[in-house]
Amino acid sequence: MTTPIYLDNNATTRVFPDVVEAMLPYFTEQFGNASSIHAFGSEVGGALRQARRSLQALIGAEFDHEIIFTSGGTESNNTALRSALQVQQGRNEVITSAVEHPAILSLCDWLEKHEGVVVHRIPVDRQGRLDIDAYRAALSDRVAVVSFMWANNETGTIFPVDGLAEMAHAHGALFHTDAVQAVGKVPIDLKTTEIDMLSLSSHKLHGPKGLGALYLRKGTRFRALLRGGHQERGRRAGTENAPAIIGLGRAAELALTSMAEDNLRMAALRDRLEQGLVQQIGHCFVTGDPLDRLPNTTTVAFEFIEGEAILLKLNAAGIAASSGSACTSGSLEPSHVLRAMDIPFTAAHGAIRFSLSRETTEAEIDRVLEVMPDIIAGLRQMSPFWSEEGARPDGFAPAYA
Amino acid sequence: MWDYSDKVKEYFFNPRNAGALVDANAVGEVGSLSCGDALKLMLKVNPATDIIEEAKFQTFGCGSAIASSSALTELIIGKTISEARKLTNQDIADFLDGLPPEKMHCSVMGQEALHAAVAAYTGEALDEDDHEEGALICKCFGVDAGMIERAIRTNKLTTLEMVTFYTKAGGGCNSCREPLEELLADVNKAMVAEGTIAAAEAYVFGSAPKPARKKAQGFVIPDQPPAPKPPAQPSAPVQIAMPTPAPAAVALAEAPVAAPAAASALTPAKEAILVARLIEEMRPTFRADGGDVELVDMEGALVLVSLTGACSGCQLAAQTLGGIQQKISQALGRSVRVMPVAKS
Repeated sequence: MTTPIYLDNNATTRVFPDVVEAMLPYFTEQFGNASSIHAFGSEVGGALRQARRSLQALIGAEFDHEIIFTSGGTESNNTALRSALQVQQGRNEVITSAVEHPAILSLCDWLEKHEGVVVHRIPVDRQGRLDIDAYRAALSDRVAVVSFMWANNETGTIFPVDGLAEMAHAHGALFHTDAVQAVGKVPIDLKTTEIDMLSLSSHKLHGPKGLGALYLRKGTRFRALLRGGHQERGRRAGTENAPAIIGLGRAAELALTSMAEDNLRMAALRDRLEQGLVQQIGHCFVTGDPLDRLPNTTTVAFEFIEGEAILLKLNAAGIAASSGSACTSGSLEPSHVLRAMDIPFTAAHGAIRFSLSRETTEAEIDRVLEVMPDIIAGLRQMSPFWSEEGARPDGFAPAYA
Repeated sequence: MWDYSDKVKEYFFNPRNAGALVDANAVGEVGSLSCGDALKLMLKVNPATDIIEEAKFQTFGCGSAIASSSALTELIIGKTISEARKLTNQDIADFLDGLPPEKMHCSVMGQEALHAAVAAYTGEALDEDDHEEGALICKCFGVDAGMIERAIRTNKLTTLEMVTFYTKAGGGCNSCREPLEELLADVNKAMVAEGTIAAAEAYVFGSAPKPARKKAQGFVIPDQPPAPKPPAQPSAPVQIAMPTPAPAAVALAEAPVAAPAAASALTPAKEAILVARLIEEMRPTFRADGGDVELVDMEGALVLVSLTGACSGCQLAAQTLGGIQQKISQALGRSVRVMPVAKS
C-alpha cells in the first residue's frame, strides 16, 4: 500500500508540526490563565498578543484589536449576523447567497422562520457566480446585514466581496463575509476594503480545530453573543483557548510567508489534475468559475455514477477526497451548491471535490490520475445509465418514487 | 463515515451479478434521482418452472445501494417467483449484516425493483409505490420526514406525543425533538390551510410541554450491592430504630468518624449505625435550643430525619439540616442528602 494521499483540505487540514511545537508549552508549562498575575500565565499574555498580530498581518487588519477569537467559523458567523441584526435597529432583512455554508444558511432559515427576519438568498449562475442584479434589487434601507462568502467551499468560486461590501454600504447595511475557505489561500487586505466583519477558522489553514476568529472593523457597532468575563475586550467572554490561539498565530505566519509561491504551485497541480481527469475520462466536467477561484479546489462532476461509491473506491486506493453527493451527508439532497448552479442531478450526485494543500505533490496528483479512470469505468459498468456503447441516459427510465 | 458491515463492503467492492443481462425476461426499474439511487434489476425466469435462473443488476447509487442490489440478486437466484415475492427489504439488510439507518432506503429500493420485475413477469399491476422520501429525522428508529408527514396527515396528529406513538420518531434519544416540532408545526399549518384540521388544534412550534421525566424511583446507589443483613439487627434493615448510644459507640469503634476514606468502605448497615451515632451526638445541641432531631430512615444517598420541638418550622431548619448533611457526608466519605420528614 502506498502512503495515503490527502486531498480533502477544504474539510480540514493537517496541523503543521511547527504549529504543534508552538502550542505545546502552553499546555504543560505556561498553562496559567492569561488574566492571572502569577508566573504560570506570565508568558501567555505576550504570546497571545503575538498570535493576534500574526493573524492581523495575514488578513491585513488595521488594528490587532479588530480580531475577536471564537470557537470557530460557525460561532463567528452566528455572532456576526445576530450582532448586526441587533445593532441595526429598524432593519430586519438579511441578504445572503444560495451557496453559503450551512453555518450561514441554516442560521438564516431559523431567523426567517422564528425571529421575523426577511432573508434574501441571491442565486448564482451555472459557474457559481453571484447574480449581481438580483443582489442590487434586494438591497434597500431595510437590510441590516449582507453576508456573502469570500470563497465557496465546494467549487472554490470567489465572490468579489470588496465591491459587494461597497454596494451594501451604499444602503447603510453592514457587510459580513464568511472567509473560512479564503483566509490563508488568497491575499486579504481588510484595511483597504469596506468589509465590516469577516469569519475565519483555524483548522482550514493548518492550525488546530476548535478555534476561529471574527474580524470586527474598528467602529462597527457590536453585540456580544457570549457574555461573561472581560476576555476579547468583553466581546467574547470565556477563558482564551491560549494554546490554540498561539497555534493559529503560528499557522498564520507560515501561510503568509509562503502563500504566493504555494498558490502558484497548487494552482498548477490542480490544473494538471483537472486536465488529466477530463482528458482521460469522458462525461465529466469541472464546476465553478474557471477565471476566479481558489487555487487549491476543484470539483469535478462525473456523470451517471454516484459520489459515495467513487469515494469508497478512492479510499480503498489510499486517496481521500469528498463529494457533493447526498449519500455522504446523511440528507437525501445532493449538494445545495451544485443544485443552485443548475447542475443536473445525475452529475451533481457524482461530483467529487479534490482540495489540495501546500503539501500536495505532483506524484500524488499523478497517482489520482492513475487510479481514477478504472474506478469511474468500473462503476459506470454497474450503472443503469450506461451500456457497452457508452452513456445512454435516455435508455433508462425508472419509475421514480 | 458510514459504519458499514464487512459484508456491505465485500458486496460493494466485489459485487456479484453486476452488469446487463441480455436475455432477461423480467426487468424492474425503480429509482429516486433526488436521493441519488436508481436500480435496474434484470431476471431470467424459466417459464416452465417459474424459477429465477439468473439475476443481474445495474445501480446508480452509493456503496450500500450497490451492495443491497447485489445482495438482492444473490437472495433470489434459484427461488421461484412466488418465493421471491415474499422477500422484504429487511431480508436484504439482514443478509448484509445490517445497514446504517440512513441507508435502509437502499434495501427498500431493492425490494421495489424486485416487485417491479415480478409484476413485469406475471403481467400484474404494480402496487402503488410506498417508497418514503425525505431527510432522516429520527436516527434511533430510522424514521424520515416523508413517513412522519404521512402519519400526521393520515391520522390528523397534532401533538408530539401522538407523532411518536404513530411513527416511533422521537421515542429514542429525543435529540430530533426540534426538527420534529418544526415538521409537525409546518404540516399542521398546511393542514389548517387545506381545511383538514381546525386552526385551534394545530400544533404551534415551541408549545409542547417538556418531555415527561421518569419519576425518581427512590435514591438507589447502583454501584453498591445489597448488603448482607447485619447479624446484630436482623429484623431492621430498613426502618432503623434509634439505637441506644452505648452499643452504637461500641459498634463503631473500628470506624472512626474522622476517617472518610475508611468509612466509604462501610456496609449500608454500618453506615446507618454511624449516621445514627452522629445524629445522637448532635442531639444535645438541638435539645439545648428546645428542639430535637431523630433519624427516621436511610436509603442510598437519602437520610430522613424528623425535626421536633423548636426545630420544626424553625426558619433555620434548612441551615441546620445542611450542617447535619455536611457532617454525615464527611463521615461516610460520600455525598448524602438529609431531608426532614414527619416522624412515622
